[in-house]
Amino acid sequence: MANECTRCGARYFDRRNACASCENDVFTKVDVATRGEVRAFTIVSKAAPGVPVPFVAAVVDCDGTSVRANLIDVEPDDRHVALGTKVELATTTVGVDDDGVEAVGFGFRPVS
Amino acid sequence: MAGDVWILGIHMTKFGKHPDKDTVDLGAEAARNALRDGGVTMRDMDVLAAGNLMGRGAFAQELQKQIGQTGIPAYNVANACATGATALRTVVMAVKAGEAEMGLAVGVEKLAGAGLLGAGGRPKSEKQQYAPSGRFGAVTDTDGRIGTTTMPGVFAQIGMEYGHRYGGTSFELFAKISEKNHAHSTLNPLAAYSKKMSLEQIMGDVMIAYPNTRPMCSANCDGGAAAVVVSDAKLKTLSLEQRRRAVKISASVLTSDPYTESCQVLPDVSTLTKRAADQAYEQAGVGPGDLDLVELHDCFATAELVHYDNLRLCEEGGAVDFFQSGAPWRDGTTPVNVSGGLQSKGHPIAATGIANIWEVCHHLRGEAGARQIDDAKVGLAHVIGLGSACGVHILEKSAA
Repeated sequence: MANECTRCGARYFDRRNACASCENDVFTKVDVATRGEVRAFTIVSKAAPGVPVPFVAAVVDCDGTSVRANLIDVEPDDRHVALGTKVELATTTVGVDDDGVEAVGFGFRPVS
Repeated sequence: MAGDVWILGIHMTKFGKHPDKDTVDLGAEAARNALRDGGVTMRDMDVLAAGNLMGRGAFAQELQKQIGQTGIPAYNVANACATGATALRTVVMAVKAGEAEMGLAVGVEKLAGAGLLGAGGRPKSEKQQYAPSGRFGAVTDTDGRIGTTTMPGVFAQIGMEYGHRYGGTSFELFAKISEKNHAHSTLNPLAAYSKKMSLEQIMGDVMIAYPNTRPMCSANCDGGAAAVVVSDAKLKTLSLEQRRRAVKISASVLTSDPYTESCQVLPDVSTLTKRAADQAYEQAGVGPGDLDLVELHDCFATAELVHYDNLRLCEEGGAVDFFQSGAPWRDGTTPVNVSGGLQSKGHPIAATGIANIWEVCHHLRGEAGARQIDDAKVGLAHVIGLGSACGVHILEKSAA
């Protein structure tokens, strides 16, 4: 889901005050395509303490909407990850808190 | 032309580790040497702009208390990695506006041993309870879970995206850019690291964020830089020696990033750099082909490639061919980062945007010693601070 500007169509994933593109302040919730293509990636080997490495960070072009996410279900090395790979949205468990509440995250996995 | 502004004096400290000096020590060293270089004192300054990104926000006044409290307006500036250029631009604007005849810009950072920048993280509380917070409604830290916002990872993707669009990039190509800068650094005694590195060493070093290994990342270090700016009218009243060594600021531009489709997902460092470059060339009345040297913001090897294109040093999409032609080597047609760049000279954040101007001035004055680019007349200095801010300055040798 994204917040889409009702005037210019710019899409955002955060809470908005106004549109950075056209200054309109009315947004609607829209579905973002769940399939896309890897437009950029990196394999992060050094991160802040507590962040599991290595992981593949990427920008996925979902039918014209760019989404930042991890690539999952793929070996994190440059022989297994490639620009232009077709991927699809998938959910993963990020963790469980002390009350047993599960946090669900998302990533993209290669389309088999 | 009335309204021109000039660099009268400029200085860069040794970049590296300065465990015995604090930020004010480094700032004082840079500022006093820049004043001495220009043959002036704090009493001649009408305005001060200073930046220290990791500091408490009153660095300019702390500096004044050590080198001269003359009561002039002091601006504390912060603009990520473009902080130094922003300090200089602030002084340039004051001089151009006619509010000041002379001003001092200073940038200092102590970063030796700072490690990975941009890796947030919050202290662990005793009990972990998920609750949505912040603008994205995240229940936990998202770095590493929803992509990455660390600097090496962001700039790695920026280089990869360029490769996806135009082709021709590879781990080896990016490493070769780093090989060039490390080779250049051997001639720079003020660089934090001045050792030549082979392609094998660079590619075999610790991987930080593919395709950037450690020597392909900017080096955290301590350092300071300062510049004295003077109006055209005031310069005419100064000595022949001062006029001869003065360097003309033919263009001074600062931009932020205009909205583009994906700029809030992966920072778009290209659009604002292209705009800054185009404005600078127009202001200066020169083109990329007139440049004798360029110091550009190679915070990562992947960034340098993209900026060849953004600064119009090559045809659109032609950065790989430009590099492979040998053009950006010091004996090439457009020498880029003959100082060694951020990867070897070092990147004390707030100092960087003045230190690159110092490097260009050094060549235009014919004072760059072993690494002098012969007969350098025009140079360009570029910085980018993620967020983003882009500073471009074009400098020209004095005709006096």
